[in-house]
Amino acid sequence: MSSLAHAPHQAPSGFIRRYIFSLDHKVIGIQYYFLALFSVLLGMTLSVLMRYHMVYPDARVSLFEKLWPTSAAGGIMTPELYLSLMTMHGTIMVFFVLTTAPQSGFGNYFLPIQIGAEDMAFPVLNMMSFWTTFLALIVMVAAFFVPGGAPLGGWTAYPPLSGVGAIAGPGQGAGQTLWVISIAIFCAASLMGAINFIATTVDLRARGMSMMRLPLTCWTWLVTAILGLLGFAVLLAAGVLLLLDRTAGTSFFLPAGLIVNDQILLNHKGGSPLLWQHLFWFFGHPEVYIAILPGMGVASQLLSTFARKPIFGYRAMVYAILGIGFLGFFVWGHHMFMSGMNPYSAFAFSVLTMSIGVPSAIKTFNWIGTLWGGKIRFTTAMLFALGFVSLFVSGGISGIFLGQPALDLYFHDTYFVVGHFHMIMGVAAIFGMFAGTFYWFPKVTGRLMNETMGKIHFYITFIGVYCIFTPMHFLGIAGNPRRYADFTNFEFMNALMPIHSFMTWAAVITAVAQLIFFINLFWSIKKGTPTGPNPWESTTLEWGIPSPPPFDNFAGVHPVVNHGPYEYAVPGAPKDYTMQTDPL
Amino acid sequence: MSDVKAATMDSLWTGGGSPYAIGSKKFGMWLFIISDALTFSAMLMAYTYCRVSTPDWPTPFHFSPGIVFSSIMTFCLLSSSLTMVMAVHAMNHGNRRATVAWILATIGGGVAFVVLHATEWHTLIVEEHVTISSNPFGSPLFGATFFGLTGLHMTHVIIGVIYLSIIAFAVGRGKFNAEDVEVSGLYWHFVDLVWMFIFPLVYLLSAKV
Repeated sequence: MSSLAHAPHQAPSGFIRRYIFSLDHKVIGIQYYFLALFSVLLGMTLSVLMRYHMVYPDARVSLFEKLWPTSAAGGIMTPELYLSLMTMHGTIMVFFVLTTAPQSGFGNYFLPIQIGAEDMAFPVLNMMSFWTTFLALIVMVAAFFVPGGAPLGGWTAYPPLSGVGAIAGPGQGAGQTLWVISIAIFCAASLMGAINFIATTVDLRARGMSMMRLPLTCWTWLVTAILGLLGFAVLLAAGVLLLLDRTAGTSFFLPAGLIVNDQILLNHKGGSPLLWQHLFWFFGHPEVYIAILPGMGVASQLLSTFARKPIFGYRAMVYAILGIGFLGFFVWGHHMFMSGMNPYSAFAFSVLTMSIGVPSAIKTFNWIGTLWGGKIRFTTAMLFALGFVSLFVSGGISGIFLGQPALDLYFHDTYFVVGHFHMIMGVAAIFGMFAGTFYWFPKVTGRLMNETMGKIHFYITFIGVYCIFTPMHFLGIAGNPRRYADFTNFEFMNALMPIHSFMTWAAVITAVAQLIFFINLFWSIKKGTPTGPNPWESTTLEWGIPSPPPFDNFAGVHPVVNHGPYEYAVPGAPKDYTMQTDPL
Repeated sequence: MSDVKAATMDSLWTGGGSPYAIGSKKFGMWLFIISDALTFSAMLMAYTYCRVSTPDWPTPFHFSPGIVFSSIMTFCLLSSSLTMVMAVHAMNHGNRRATVAWILATIGGGVAFVVLHATEWHTLIVEEHVTISSNPFGSPLFGATFFGLTGLHMTHVIIGVIYLSIIAFAVGRGKFNAEDVEVSGLYWHFVDLVWMFIFPLVYLLSAKV
């Protein structure tokens, strides 16, 4: 074993080494969590501004003018500003929230503890990966402040308009360049994290913690890391090529004879925007699973714990996770049905896309099987886990529609797509994070979060997100295109605008309700009810150590694992639950 | 027989140690190689995509000096893989002095490759006016893919030379163990292996016939 693989047993005493440039996986996990918390606040604020502009495009908002004196002169948002908010909302949410919190946040804190390790396999690499992510966020946010502002290209940054520079729009100059640089840095950070997660899971499991005794959270973190390892490597290459197109005058993604804003671009020739789409979606589709898989792990863990039953079909769950991860690499073409594709290719991508429904359905039925006949404890954490299952099913069903080329011809670039991916990749994953926060908060702080505030927050959010995103499906069917700043000039949209108003006000209420969560989080750190090491009577290793955990997690003891992860209500057992470390 | 095999598999993965007793650093390097291989694959796919979709892709490299020169570069790089094998072998036998010597030979091969490569770039840019955005032969993507691929690879070689220098320095001072040398060797062999894709795909396929 290498010397790097063992953490020191004493916490460093200096503030900087202990809390800033810490090597402790727990501190790094919390750092990632708060990075994501900042990002989600920013991303959510942008979405509310966008929703407001969409239904009140002519309203003069002095706040807009204060924030963006040029692009919102007189308080009226320009379409370009709207698109830049949309781009930054999508990018920040996908990369710095959905990729960061469930995997790097929760995973960093709980993967080593759940497998019985003192730390991650490479603590220094772990610290570097966080600070590299931090740098990526700084560069991304800096795009707001450069001349021209943030980019307009959406989180997918499709060329040619993302490759030709400021001629394509105000944010397409320095802003888009910073965007590409930030994404490349983020790729490097994610690769470091992925290597660390895989090595930790394979090498540092405690004695007796066989692969088939891993909690399902660890399985999802492992498979997510594998997806990140393969996916971000390709996005890195794509990002470098796009950067070369933008700064070195190459033409990887730029064909000849482009006319942009009435100017003919003569200095580019020979490239293909489709190449970017292939490279981007080879990463982009696995990215969806990077966002959702850890939520699946948390949901599995919580449903079993709070239904007081073993997870239904543990092995099937593991194979389903592996199956989803594997198939996720063969379906990227379903994002490109409308980009010009041989119908036979579309057919193949479509069949493979549908086949992901099989492991997804296995997981869903196993979750329901776990609940069946259980003595369910409706804690806030459990409610969010149930909400996750609900949103996963709702968002997944519409994916079956979009995966069929014949239907996608119609649905492509409508609000149907927006509704679909927000349901499954956005709020379902966020519900996984809420569930994880309520479930693990007592372990991190030694205090419970407030259940009353938690339940009020849950019900408003759960109803709220359905009110925001369900109508989008109907709007999409009615032909409402996405990425339009306002619809005042489209007669057929007049009848649909009341639905947009409804969604906007649902979004405002839901966004304001998130304050309850933030108040609950920070209030409970100081004032929450103190609790013992295992308030949920859960079975996995983190619940067998004090709260908060000691520096090396197990206080010098090497835990030995004797049981599977979800032994609840085992006939003949002395208790309702058997800890993984309980003697045989 | 199969029971014995099952029991062995079981004990490999039951926790309390690395499966197959592979150290975490070595495993981590393998994981990095997998991801880096994907990055290079994406670049090569991009190159293939551009090349296939361009009807008149230029094939400007004459047998001499172009192909001969790049073959000498290839020979330098491949020889350095052999010396790296010798370094790992020496370190496994505890011979630090020989290890340092073999690593220095490997670094020599790497530096020779970089110098020859830089010379080649210089000739292409200054004398033949091939740049990343334009060239006299035809499609501007020729220069873009050529400099993009070989540039990414050369960056890897330069990083490898620095990495090996650190290893050689530390091994000479009695630090680091056989695994550390082997891990650096994995990286070096990978960089060589990538060249074995770039050399035929970029040079030989662009030879003037």
